[in-house]
Parts: sequence; C-alpha cells; structure tokens
Amino acid sequence: MKSFFRMSYPYILWIALFIVAPMVMILLYAVTRSGNGTITFSFTMENFARFLSDPTFLKVLWTSLRIAFLTTVFCILIGYPAALFIAGLPEKRQTLMILLLTLPMWINMLLKTYAWRGILMNFEDLSSEIRVFIGMVYDFLPYMIIQIHTAIAKLDPNLKTAAYDLGANPWKTFLKVTLPLSVPGIISGITLVFLPAVSSFVIPKLLGGGNYVLIGNLIETYFLVAGDWNFGSAISLIMALIIILSMYLTKKLDTTAKEE
Amino acid sequence: MGKKKPAWHFFTSGYLILVLLFIYLPILYVVVFSFNDSKSMISFEGFSLRWYEAMLENREMLESVKYTVIVAVIATVVSTIVGTIASIGLSKARPLIRSVVMEINNLPVLNPDIVTAISLMLLFLSVKIQRSIVTLTLAHITFCIPYVILSVMPKLRQLDDNVAEAALDLGANPWQALTRVIIPQIYPAILSGALIAFSMSFDDFVISFFTAGKDVQNISMYVYSMKRFNPSVNALSTLIVVAVTIVLVLANLIPALRERKNKKEEY
Repeated sequence: MKSFFRMSYPYILWIALFIVAPMVMILLYAVTRSGNGTITFSFTMENFARFLSDPTFLKVLWTSLRIAFLTTVFCILIGYPAALFIAGLPEKRQTLMILLLTLPMWINMLLKTYAWRGILMNFEDLSSEIRVFIGMVYDFLPYMIIQIHTAIAKLDPNLKTAAYDLGANPWKTFLKVTLPLSVPGIISGITLVFLPAVSSFVIPKLLGGGNYVLIGNLIETYFLVAGDWNFGSAISLIMALIIILSMYLTKKLDTTAKEE
Repeated sequence: MGKKKPAWHFFTSGYLILVLLFIYLPILYVVVFSFNDSKSMISFEGFSLRWYEAMLENREMLESVKYTVIVAVIATVVSTIVGTIASIGLSKARPLIRSVVMEINNLPVLNPDIVTAISLMLLFLSVKIQRSIVTLTLAHITFCIPYVILSVMPKLRQLDDNVAEAALDLGANPWQALTRVIIPQIYPAILSGALIAFSMSFDDFVISFFTAGKDVQNISMYVYSMKRFNPSVNALSTLIVVAVTIVLVLANLIPALRERKNKKEEY
C-alpha cells in the first residue's frame, strides 16, 4: 500500500512546475527593476513604493475595496432571508430551489454579464458604479445563499423546539438560536463573494463602460497594454496580500464568534 | 411551530420568487431576445430565427465554440486522470507531505484568477514558449486538477484501507487492487470532479485571456473582444442554457432513478 504513494509523483512535479514556479516568478518580477520581458536581478522595492505613493493607484484600490464590500453586504442582506426561507420549505422543494439556484452558476459568466449589459441599456441614467454593482451582486448572490442555507439546514431542529418550549417567540428564537449558529455560513459566503469581487475585472470592463477601473483592470493594463511586468506583479502581490489579510480577519471573526 | 400564518407563507414564497426572478432575469432576457426579429436589445419586434442563422454563418464565433469544447474535453480527461491518480497516491503519503501538497493544490482555488493567470503567462513567456492552444490547455489542466483532487480526496479518506489490503493479501496485484477495489468505490466522486473540471474549463475567461495568445480564443474571449453588439450571442447563450439544463437535470435525475431501481430490487 505504501508503494501507492509513488502515484502522486507526477502531480508533485506538475505543481512544482505550474503552480510553485509561476508564483515565484510573480514574486521575482515584483522585487526587481524593469527590463521588459527578462528579469534583471537588481532588487528593489520601488514598484511597491510607486503604487503606495500615487493617489491615483490608491484611489483604484479604495474603489475596489469599497465595491467589493458593498457587494458582500448586499449579498448578505438579500441572501440571508432567501437562505432562511428556503430552509423552511419541505425537503423536496428545498432540493428543487437549490437546483434552481445552482443552474445559472453553470452558465458562462461572460454571457450572463453580457446579458446584463443589454438589460441595463434600458436604464440610461444609471451610473457606471451602479451598473457594476448590480452585475457583481447578481454574479455572487447564489454563492452566498447556498453557503448560508447549508449552515442553516445543518442545524438540529430540536434546538428551535427547545427554544419554543422555553417560551421564546419565533423572532427571539431566530435572534438567539438560528442567527448565531448560522454565522459560519455567512463567513464562508463572505470569502466566496468578497475575494473574487475585489479582483474582478470582467464585470467593471463590460458594465462600467471603460471608465470604471478596479485593481484587476489595473493589473491587466500593466501586463497587456503597458508591458510593465514588474509593476504589474507588484500590484498583484499587493492585492494578494490584502486578500490574505482579509481572509485571516474573517477567520478570526469566525473563531471569536464560535467561542462566544 | 408548524402553525405558520398564511400571510407569512405568502411573504416568504413571494420573496423567493423575486430572488429567482432576479437570478433568471438575464437568462430569460437572452432567450427572448435570441428570437427577436431586430437588432435591438431594448424592444422585441416579432419572432424570428435570424440570429440562429447568423450564428451558423459566424466563423469566428463557431471557431471559439470549437476551441472551448476541445480545450474543455482535453483538460477534463487529463485533469481527471492525473487528479485521481494523485489523490490515491497522496492518501497514502506521510501526513506532512500530504498537507504541504494540499496547501499548494489549494492555491489556484483560493488565489484570484487574475493572479493565477499572470503567473502562468509569466512562466510561458519567460521560457519563451509561444502562447497558443497548447499553453491554453496546459493552463486549464493546471487549474482543473485541484478541483478533481478536492472532490476525490475526501471520498478516498472515508474508504476502509483494510479492503484494499485484503485484496492484496488474497493475491491481487497493486493494479488489480486499484482498478477493481479502490476506483469502483470512489467512482461517483471522480465523476463529479470531472463535471466540475469541465464546467470550470468551459466557463473560464481570465486565465484563458492571459495564456491563449492571439490566434486562439474561447467563447468568453470572443464575447469579451466583440467590438459591437451582436445578437447572435443571444442565440449561442440560449443553446448553452438548454445544454446546461439538460446536463444538470440528468445529473440530478440519474442518481435518483438508480436509487429507486435499487430499492425495487431489494424487494
């Protein structure tokens, strides 16, 4: 049986080549000076300094964080009641609802975003930001609903019965039993919504009409238009760091919630 | 409990219907406008199949469909095989090695797509490999394998090691133990891993955009690069919606039907 371990050798080679090496390359480019296409090994922090000292870049970063945050909040506000109501349905209809929610997730995101572009043509007054915001909430809402629903559906129904027996009304039972116990679902929903929302660059490009720039668009520009791979790599690293940090914070939030 | 007021029931159903309407709005929209007899995306001016005909004459669009399918099929087959073999190997690895490999395996899943995309682009360009359908397929295999492993691994760890040991003790060689004992037990997980891999590859935009080069484009890249609005996209979307619906309904019906059949056989 031990010899079966050897079966993982090809994949270990694969990840060394296609996951580890490319990540090392981003790191290398980010801390070296530009010499287009080749790495010149003079180490520098100026790529990071350039980003952090320019108000234009910081504004793009702020816009990305703000819209990702708003998207996450609205996904929770719309998604939580939906998840709760689905969990209250009879089992067969719950399965059907979840199937109906998952179905659009299998359809190409570009095509759905393109459809929104058509729909939003009917509303000329909307600002770029609102258009991007609608597209993002649309794209990420099903993930949030499914995560929260999974957490609520796992709860032992006896807990609710016990609360009723002890004299709590439905509203109090929700606040004291269901809501606190569904926090892990909200947390995993946040990771599935906030993280891709921060780095999204398709939705702002297709719905924002070119004048709405998020950090993902910045990375694209520096790689494909400006050809400055060093600066582009530095921006991606800054974004990755922010994402890791926010993931760490949400995890921390989760454990404190559990300890209470 | 149980005595829910009709008003409450009405409210919750209404809310869920509104959410479903929101989620299906763009899908209904493309289906309806794919039959529109005009180029307008705002007003419906009568039924016609002209955008379906236009789609069949649109070489560039059909090419993109062809490339999408070719890459998705190759990526699915390769990643399912490599991922399954790797999972079986890893499940027998020392805990430290396994957890390190799993952490790296999770990177493409957790990393923003754009970071995975530029990392692969940097790799290909810095070793001077022309970006083409080959690099595109390699990139797709790379981000598909983790999903296969994440689907197969939990199932493998539930397996009773003794069954495979018993097969070996009874004279089966490792190959037989693998193909007749282990794989049949994890078959459903392999299938669902393959399904996830296919849809990931089929729908991908960001990673393809950075790794495909100029000569190849998949459906997402085609839609992204369209200069002017083309209603044939609605026709294409409608066909994809129909295909996805059929596959998902089958994927959900087949296990249910099989279960019913098994139950019947028990009697």
